[in-house]
Amino acid sequence: MRGLQLPLSQTQRIRLQRALEKLQSLSCKANSDASVTVADTIPVNYEDAFLKGHGTTDLNGDLVATVCGVVERINKLVYVRALRARYKPEVGDIVVGRVVEVSQKRWRLEINFSLDAILMLSSMNMPDGIQRRHTALDELNMRGIFEENDVVCAEVRNFQHDGSLQLQARSQKYGKLEKGQLLIVDPYLVKKSKQHFHHLAQFGIDLILGRNGFIWVGEHVEARDSMVVDQANSSEQSMVPEEKNQTHTPLEMRQNICRIANAVRVLSTLGFSSDADLILGTVELSSTVKIDIHDMLGSEFHVLVAEREAERRSLMGKRKR
Amino acid sequence: MDYVSPEGLRLDGRRPMEMRQLRAEIGTVAKANGSAVFEMGNTKVIAAVYGPREVQNRSQQINDQALVIMANFSTGDRMRKPKGDRRSTEISLVIRQTMEACILTHLMPRSQIGLCFNSIFTKKKHYTIFKELIDLCALSCLLASSFPISVYSRKRNISILNVSAGTRSACINAATLALADAGIPMRDIVTSCSAGYLNSTPLLDLNYIEDSAGGPDVTVGILPKLDKVTLLQMDAKLPVDIFENVMGLAIEGCKAIANYIREVLLENTKQLEYRRGL
Repeated sequence: MRGLQLPLSQTQRIRLQRALEKLQSLSCKANSDASVTVADTIPVNYEDAFLKGHGTTDLNGDLVATVCGVVERINKLVYVRALRARYKPEVGDIVVGRVVEVSQKRWRLEINFSLDAILMLSSMNMPDGIQRRHTALDELNMRGIFEENDVVCAEVRNFQHDGSLQLQARSQKYGKLEKGQLLIVDPYLVKKSKQHFHHLAQFGIDLILGRNGFIWVGEHVEARDSMVVDQANSSEQSMVPEEKNQTHTPLEMRQNICRIANAVRVLSTLGFSSDADLILGTVELSSTVKIDIHDMLGSEFHVLVAEREAERRSLMGKRKR
Repeated sequence: MDYVSPEGLRLDGRRPMEMRQLRAEIGTVAKANGSAVFEMGNTKVIAAVYGPREVQNRSQQINDQALVIMANFSTGDRMRKPKGDRRSTEISLVIRQTMEACILTHLMPRSQIGLCFNSIFTKKKHYTIFKELIDLCALSCLLASSFPISVYSRKRNISILNVSAGTRSACINAATLALADAGIPMRDIVTSCSAGYLNSTPLLDLNYIEDSAGGPDVTVGILPKLDKVTLLQMDAKLPVDIFENVMGLAIEGCKAIANYIREVLLENTKQLEYRRGL
């Protein structure tokens, strides 16, 4: 078992155990034993045709798992969804990455995939919002847009024939992320949903749940959608962001960022999936029990979160019935 | 010296066909993609897997499969030799080849998978130091150099086991767990176990004292589901009929370890799944 590396007191240990057992009993009802490990035979009905998908292989006519995970069946397709693997990109996913290299007409981004992703200069909107051809001058100024170690948000565009991955950032909501924290969780904990950008208005914070497990918590920036306006006075505006960058993030904002970031950390160490509701719920819990931000990573809060999650899931289960 | 008493017990009180106590834990190195601790008696090995990720040394990139690399194994020697000594080169080669045989490398072309090991000969009171070492592992996630264990060992007086067959098989078992934890597709799990022949008795899973006796010692690594042998090492001579016995014993040991590893993996998978929720 994956042990929590926390100093737990006797009562805390028992409380945590009870909460986890409750979670287990809840999920057991939902899906019967579909977990497999490496080299387990997956039971399939050989009379019907079936397609073997990812994480499976054929061994003497048997279907055998090659990764540890959960068996999923969709019509004829049988595949194993691996937990705790590196990110497997799908076209259209929103990812957060870190620039590792600036090279000819492209940036290379580390996005927790088996290769570095490529963001071409031509597949991104210029920060001034003008639609135009990219010139040699733009190529020289690439470092002015993203430098090495910048955190960037982008969308998966396509796979090249050789398996490498291309990204695009063709909208104002994508681009460089500043004034915040980048958190790295396991990709299986971030679920695909309609909304990956969240503006938490009560804190004034942007939360971006990258599908690759990179979660960004940062100060809210207004999306500059008004391209027309930008075009009109681009020359004057180009100076303004520079000045904005100089201003400090207020202390309260920084505390909010830390509080949300710690909530994500707690959820990821406990192995609970991180969606916006759950993160917000954890933040609320932390402020209702009046726990300090730096105590949020302590064992007491972990136990509290686990108990609350068990409660929440059991309520959800009842409502469904 | 008598390694098996007239009552049929070995020095540490085991029967000839009995294994040392096994213990495995998954997910101990926070920064790694997959990690595991495997204990066989007092031999303790931490394995960490990094990757599949972009190849760091571009010239080593392979176009149709993943590159499996491994840090030089840290042996008992404290002196660091620039090119790595023969013993550590040999053991890392053996482990790397064994693991490469079971990873489906063709599914992850042009990427690299890094393996790190750390072996400690522990007593319980050294557990806190062990935790420190885990933190160290997380820090030195670059595979280029081996871990600065030697510094620690001098300061804290941990005796590091000379690289013996026990560590070798413990490493392979730990690596299997770590690779499965990292979600890297594999043909089958690999398990390894050793057996020796002392006082004309085949002995399963030699401990440190028996290993230093210098008798014949067979290390076997198998793929239990495919029923294939991926590793077979012996440093001494044995008559064929006895060798068959000893190897059979080692294979039985491998199968027992495989059952244990499967249990641990299944338990871990279930835990991850139910904690994640819907």
